[in-house]
Amino acid sequence: MALDQSSKTRVFKVVGTRPDRPDGIDKVTGRARFGADVVAPGMLTGRILRSPHAHARIIGIDTSKAEALAGVKAVVTRADFGDAPDHVADILDNCMAGAKALYDGHAVAAVAAVSAAVARKALRLIEVDYEVLASVTDVDAAMQPGAPLLHEGRQQETVPHGMSGNVMSRVEFGHGDIEAGLKQADRVLSRTYRTAATHQGYIEPHACLATMGPDGKGDLWVCTQGHYMVRNTCAAILGLEQGQLRVTASEIGGGFGGKTTVFLEPVALMLSKKAGRPVKLVMSRSEVLRATGPTSSTSIDVKIGMKKDGRITAAFAELRYQGGAYPGSPVDMGSMSAFAPYDLENVKTVGWDVVTNRPKAAAYRAPGAPMAAYAVESAIDELAKGFDLDPLEVRLMNGADEGTLASYGPTYPAIGLKATLKAAKAHPHWTAPLGKNQGRGVACGFWFNFGGDTCVSLNVTPDGTVTVSEGNPDIGGSRASMTMMAAEELGIPYDQVRTIIADTGSLGQNDVTDGSRVTFAVGLATIEAARAAKREMCKRAAMIWGIDAEAVEWVDGAACPAGPNAGKFPPMTLKEIAAIASNTGGPVAGHCEVMAEGAGVSFATHMVDVEVDPETGATKILRYTVFQDAGKAVHPSYVEGQFQGGAVQGIGWALNEEYIHDKDGILQNPGFLDYRIPVASDLPMIDTVILEIPNPGHPYGVRGVGETSIVPPLAAVCNAVSAAAGVRLTQLPMSPPRVLAAIQAGG
Amino acid sequence: MRYEAPQSIDAAVALLVAETGAHVLAGGTDLLVKLRAEMIEPEVIVDIKRIAGMKAIIAENGGWRIGAAVSGAEMGEHAGLCADWPGVVEAAGLIGSTQVQGRATLAGNLCNASPAADSVPAMVVAGAVVRIVGPKGARDVPVIEIPKSPGKTTLAPGEFIASIFLPAREARSGDAYLRFIPRTEMDIAVVGCGVALRLDPEGKVMAARVALGAVGPKVIVVAAAAEAILGRALDDAALADLAAACSAAATPIDDKRGTVDFRRHVSGVLARRAAVIAQSRAKGAKA
Repeated sequence: MALDQSSKTRVFKVVGTRPDRPDGIDKVTGRARFGADVVAPGMLTGRILRSPHAHARIIGIDTSKAEALAGVKAVVTRADFGDAPDHVADILDNCMAGAKALYDGHAVAAVAAVSAAVARKALRLIEVDYEVLASVTDVDAAMQPGAPLLHEGRQQETVPHGMSGNVMSRVEFGHGDIEAGLKQADRVLSRTYRTAATHQGYIEPHACLATMGPDGKGDLWVCTQGHYMVRNTCAAILGLEQGQLRVTASEIGGGFGGKTTVFLEPVALMLSKKAGRPVKLVMSRSEVLRATGPTSSTSIDVKIGMKKDGRITAAFAELRYQGGAYPGSPVDMGSMSAFAPYDLENVKTVGWDVVTNRPKAAAYRAPGAPMAAYAVESAIDELAKGFDLDPLEVRLMNGADEGTLASYGPTYPAIGLKATLKAAKAHPHWTAPLGKNQGRGVACGFWFNFGGDTCVSLNVTPDGTVTVSEGNPDIGGSRASMTMMAAEELGIPYDQVRTIIADTGSLGQNDVTDGSRVTFAVGLATIEAARAAKREMCKRAAMIWGIDAEAVEWVDGAACPAGPNAGKFPPMTLKEIAAIASNTGGPVAGHCEVMAEGAGVSFATHMVDVEVDPETGATKILRYTVFQDAGKAVHPSYVEGQFQGGAVQGIGWALNEEYIHDKDGILQNPGFLDYRIPVASDLPMIDTVILEIPNPGHPYGVRGVGETSIVPPLAAVCNAVSAAAGVRLTQLPMSPPRVLAAIQAGG
Repeated sequence: MRYEAPQSIDAAVALLVAETGAHVLAGGTDLLVKLRAEMIEPEVIVDIKRIAGMKAIIAENGGWRIGAAVSGAEMGEHAGLCADWPGVVEAAGLIGSTQVQGRATLAGNLCNASPAADSVPAMVVAGAVVRIVGPKGARDVPVIEIPKSPGKTTLAPGEFIASIFLPAREARSGDAYLRFIPRTEMDIAVVGCGVALRLDPEGKVMAARVALGAVGPKVIVVAAAAEAILGRALDDAALADLAAACSAAATPIDDKRGTVDFRRHVSGVLARRAAVIAQSRAKGAKA
């Protein structure tokens, strides 16, 4: 759906305002029902036994003692599952290990029992015979010849002969001639950067309640970012028909990409099937950190050539991402996004997807992009400073614009990168004075955004209120946004619309809540559904008035004659039409099923001031400003929240968050005590500047805003810390011991 | 699991003696975490909060007796305690978060026997003495004698801490506690350092106690650091000697919270900074 030409001059009545959030009362009163909040008659408690080894062959599992324990109703191992289709084989193996346990915390068995105490006891009675194998968790070590191998025969043809069997695939993007470009440069900078694996850190652990009957019909209540995905995946793994498994999404306490796959659900269904009773599975925090998807740790080489005036002549990056125990790290998206903000003649990226003995990587907010941007934006910053150039000017000089051939292939339509850079340059933050041991950093970021399969059903009730049913769990305010776009389109107040997340039996296929797609794609479908309802209501009015439906238009929440020739009739409001719907053809509704395209890429520039304690290496964030293009901010408070949230997660990634394994591959910090996400007192208020460069692919110009905000902060913070400490940091996290060591070595 | 809330010390001791594996509950900020993490499965939990005196801060011989169930937040609102032993109060105030401080106690922090316990170095340099009650009656023991090794104390079976006594503050004296954590709260000390000083009328150090936390299996009293500044004004040279002595005395390990080099270095940094604060308090500065 193209941008409404009128939207450029249109005065929005609801869109762009800041109404109360529809889930606010439920969440502050505790009434909201999350994954673990439901019970069913006869419900059992499930528990999962996990591997204490990072890599081990499973010789055998003896569950007989657990099965004999009073109160145990089912025990499940991989033997209970048949062969899964290829597209879900790794997902099943990740949910329940087959021949080998591939990481510390890998599920190897599960029980369902009448109480948590019995289930806990039963787990201790399961005897697993392991042959412990050598393990590898570091991406560079895993690529070495002779590294312990996780899989056999899974390397793709893109990988040159002779590389470690842990290298799964190779990707390449770019255009031009790197060597020729580098020859034109006044300086060529080569650096290697490393980032640690970080977890999405959602507060709500994974949880589900499964009921699987002997008739092949199942029901699942689950905390997820995509219940249609859960349905399709579980159906494939368990050999069910999709239509026979109904999945309902709970409220969700954060996802950030980490809830776009399944971990517990197939196991819960299998336990329920065997026990003949509903089974609830809830992860502990330690299980979340050990066995759900963090993002990749990475090792990235960057080589950039720059002229003295700041012009980039060539840009190359080689990216190595480990994606945990199975193929599928986001190195492809890292390779595509690395140089996406720039208009470059000669650009190339090569990416390597590597497996290691870590939990299978899951999506994390702009998967793959923050690490790539960290490396590239650090190198550009160092080059600019080396030539004594303004880092914002250098980015403006090289920045992508409408018509730029992007490094990953497409040619950009109207985009907002330069607008964010100019806004940053004009902002008082940029010229504010800095004190001793303080430094300022800037960085840009990009995200693709996505559309995808989407269904919306909009219904007008007999009293003339409106309900919107959509199929995407609300992780960032989408119920408010859908309500607002429906109200805007129908010309009725916000409080006359209520949006719900429907179960999988109620709508057609919906893609997962990911790719910053929902406000864009579901919004587009909501607008289209509202327009369908308006057409129907105009038809009803025409019927009453005895004129052609084409002679009726919808203005300010009411059907009106389209012009003087249509006849003189007083407007019929939505409520008036709803009241007589039964007599004019039946209930009024509109719906839209669409594969949404035209998501519109997104750019941001971040600016941060830090102070580094030269005696301890501790970094304090003093000031932070996000400049990002939202296309059109539907609910600006939520947009600001997305900007702030991404910045904060990026700050955590930059400063303290990391998966720490011992030499045997055992995770040392599976809890929020030593896996250090920032706490509120660590942060200043994150300031935001919303820019609105309309997306040509959405009726109101909306772009997704959920992910771009986590892309720049790693580099922005690193550039600031490097300036404050007087030494260039090239490894994340910039924890105090690492920064202090760098200061002591460099100073 | 059984929950008991005895009304007297004798009743509490009887419960603790009768049930091996009984756990004492005061603030519960360690006990409940261990329960939820399934690290322990106690048969009996003995809540001591209903015993008379456990929630009281009482003046005694010019000092303060703090009941075992007094929370950090309550200490922070006690003007007399804050005036006399600001270092101990601020150490307790660093534990966990605002919410945790509403429950967490000095006695619990000591009995948890973590090498990183914030209040312990502060209490050690303050010369704090604990009153232990048990089947053989009551006994008074300096805080330094309570930790045995990580997670273990010298308390005998059936014993628990009833109160902690902070002695009278001497003239021209002051204390301070600093810790290093990568965040601003909700964290565990990577290094902790308590310093208590007494100055002579010219501002030279007459007496000093320095203790380090989180850089050994238990709290370390650094006698060499105290000696290094004895009889000296706290100028840069004296502070450098103090820092060097602390760095030398630290016996840290490399772990997920920090490296050996980092902890040694920061031991000295914190000692120097804490000594400066203690000195200013000894000269009359308010906490």
